[in-house]
Amino acid sequence: MKSKIVVALAGNPNSGKSTIFNRLTGARQHVGNYPGVTVERKEGICKHNDIEMQIVDLPGTYSLTAYSAEELVARNFVIDERPDVVVDIIDSSNLERNLYLAVQFMELGVPLVLAFNMSDQARAMGYEFDIEKLSRFFGARIVKTVGNKGTGMEELLDAIVLTAKEDEGLAGKSRRRVPSINYGQEIEEELQKIESLIKKSDSITDRYDPRWIAIKLLENDKDITARFGSSEINKQVEKSILHIEEILGEPPETAIAGCRYGFISGACQEAVRSTIELRHTISDRIDSVATNRILGIPVFLGLMYLVFNLVFTLGNLPMEWIDGFFGWLSGVVQGWWPQGSESLLKSLLIDGIIGGVGGVIVFLPNILLLFLAIAILEDSGYMARAAFVMDRLMHKIGLHGKSFIPLLLGFGCTIPAIMATRTLENERDRLTTMLVAPLMSCGARLPIYALIIPAFFPQAWQGRMLWIIYMIGIALAILLAKILRISLLKGEAVPFVMELPPYRMPTIKGTLIHMWEHGWLFLRKAGTIILGISVLLWVTTTFPSLPNSVKAGFNNERNAVMASHLTEREKADQISAIANKEAEASLEYSIAGRVGRALEPLFTPMGFDWKLVTPVIGAVAAKEVFVAQLGIVFSVGEADEESQSLRSKLQARYTPLQGFCIMLFMLIVAPCMATFAVMKSESGSWKWAILQFWGLTVLAWIITTTVYQFGKLLGIGIS
Amino acid sequence: MPLAIIQVGRRVRIISVNAGHGLQGRLASMGLVPGTEIEVIRNSLHGPFIIAVKGSRIMLGRGMAQKIIVA
Repeated sequence: MKSKIVVALAGNPNSGKSTIFNRLTGARQHVGNYPGVTVERKEGICKHNDIEMQIVDLPGTYSLTAYSAEELVARNFVIDERPDVVVDIIDSSNLERNLYLAVQFMELGVPLVLAFNMSDQARAMGYEFDIEKLSRFFGARIVKTVGNKGTGMEELLDAIVLTAKEDEGLAGKSRRRVPSINYGQEIEEELQKIESLIKKSDSITDRYDPRWIAIKLLENDKDITARFGSSEINKQVEKSILHIEEILGEPPETAIAGCRYGFISGACQEAVRSTIELRHTISDRIDSVATNRILGIPVFLGLMYLVFNLVFTLGNLPMEWIDGFFGWLSGVVQGWWPQGSESLLKSLLIDGIIGGVGGVIVFLPNILLLFLAIAILEDSGYMARAAFVMDRLMHKIGLHGKSFIPLLLGFGCTIPAIMATRTLENERDRLTTMLVAPLMSCGARLPIYALIIPAFFPQAWQGRMLWIIYMIGIALAILLAKILRISLLKGEAVPFVMELPPYRMPTIKGTLIHMWEHGWLFLRKAGTIILGISVLLWVTTTFPSLPNSVKAGFNNERNAVMASHLTEREKADQISAIANKEAEASLEYSIAGRVGRALEPLFTPMGFDWKLVTPVIGAVAAKEVFVAQLGIVFSVGEADEESQSLRSKLQARYTPLQGFCIMLFMLIVAPCMATFAVMKSESGSWKWAILQFWGLTVLAWIITTTVYQFGKLLGIGIS
Repeated sequence: MPLAIIQVGRRVRIISVNAGHGLQGRLASMGLVPGTEIEVIRNSLHGPFIIAVKGSRIMLGRGMAQKIIVA
């Protein structure tokens, strides 16, 4: 027996697959890195009786025919990488539909274990399963589980190990004998013809089951046709499809699906006893409000409002703790040098690293709360309702409700949002959704708002302001999508289907893991990209230092003040005024200052001065960097003892209108580098990534300039 | 008749689906095959549709509901 086996977890969306994955692997999971590595191939390690299992969580799928990019990923993992065991997680309270995928695994002949999940719900609904019989029908071990309570996990692991052992025993011999479905004379005859052609090619039959390939070809699976079809095979398939359509009056894939369901319902009739169906009663009652024609949209907006308010209010206290910690830390570091001494290393540590990285980490509580809220919305099943509610509006802009889910995920991070567009079957829908996704204000932009809003707006307006900013993002996304749909990506709206899962209580473990994953990603970013850029920015704001003659000038001024006959108080005031002037002069003299000055004319129409320009440039790497850089730009070279908070400095220098324009610009401007890279890999060309990058930047400039100029003209928020 | 005109609460049987191959397959994978009984849960006139199929709730775009023929 191998000491390490690979186990793939498959299943329909909403079958409780990720809950089981979390149960099996606990915290020992590994999420693919951004960017490049696909997010959805989550992996984890699990040990059971000395056997190590590498568990791969595949994206949720309804079938093994590749209708969307996600299904393709899941399917190809199973057929190409050949996991030792496939575990199909089945929502046993919705058995027939879920068994459709199981039947396809059965046909594929992979070593299979079926987990009848949510078996408590199934029992509550009056279902009784004859597990032994079902197990014979599907040629697989069946284990009853309750993912959110952790029931049946040991049994599941036992079944996995046994199945792997059994399969190993068969290795080298002919393929496992699995029950197969009879598709009726017409289809079987055509399958025979195609199979015999496939069998001529050893390179296929060595690795893949010819009957399975033949079925997929008849089902018109484009990926399989591209991979295995030869001109001879394709000709036969075409002929077979026409023949079947003529005789049966329906295309083969429908006929095949019908036979599979026939097989399933036959099996269920023999092995499942059921009473009345209750599954959706509570869900339907909630839906009568949540998807109501009149109430649906207010409920959605209200929930969003609640989320943003919670993110702000609950996050405050822990933010103060973190802030306090970094304050204490910089005090400790300061203590390593004698008072009043100048040291480059001290400035690097305090202004560069603690000021930069610390300034970003402060916002960790906000980020965690935001992701918690998104996880709850998603796991509870509300997300699909939001898609329903927004469908009419989305139709007006040429998309449909399904596109709304990736957009909502964009509130967390644009990268998973772009990846989630894989569930959209239509290429134009997908591209449109990807292109506007960055306008859904992501978690990395939250620190910017969290810094700016309290600096310029009264307490009562802070939650509302945040909500307004997010709503502006949504409105722009809608507008831009509409424009794209009537220009670059013109085309008919495509019909769509999606499942509305029953409402469920999200599991604490699941939501916490989800929250932690993103929190950790944020911290890692703070420790790597943001640290690096902070140091870089510190260098560019510190060097070259002022020429000695200028420094001497400031010293002379200082000496003059000290020698004068002013009171001690007045002297201190004047000295600090001189120190500020010197700080400003040295920043202007530095590389960053010069770049800022040089580019200032571009930014002036938006109400930005040169001090804001370098943070804007730095933010291209990651949006949080904006806050870190602002901290550095406003602290380098200052008199430490009297350092004010960054917020009060901003407040002193800018008007609320400018504050608002900063947020507006950062909301719309080019997405971060990671998004740029993912956009390239997901859209398949640099063209779209570049278009998105510059398109959004130009849009940001136009909108911010308009708002600033009008605001100034009308005298709004300038005092 | 098309599913789109069926009123809320009615139970009907799918006769055929007038859609491209890919779409038919996708519908089939979600349980919408000819012969299946479905119930209309929500029909919001201009907006999307919710139907009950084999114990699950499926949301359909209006365009889709026009293409499914039921009796």
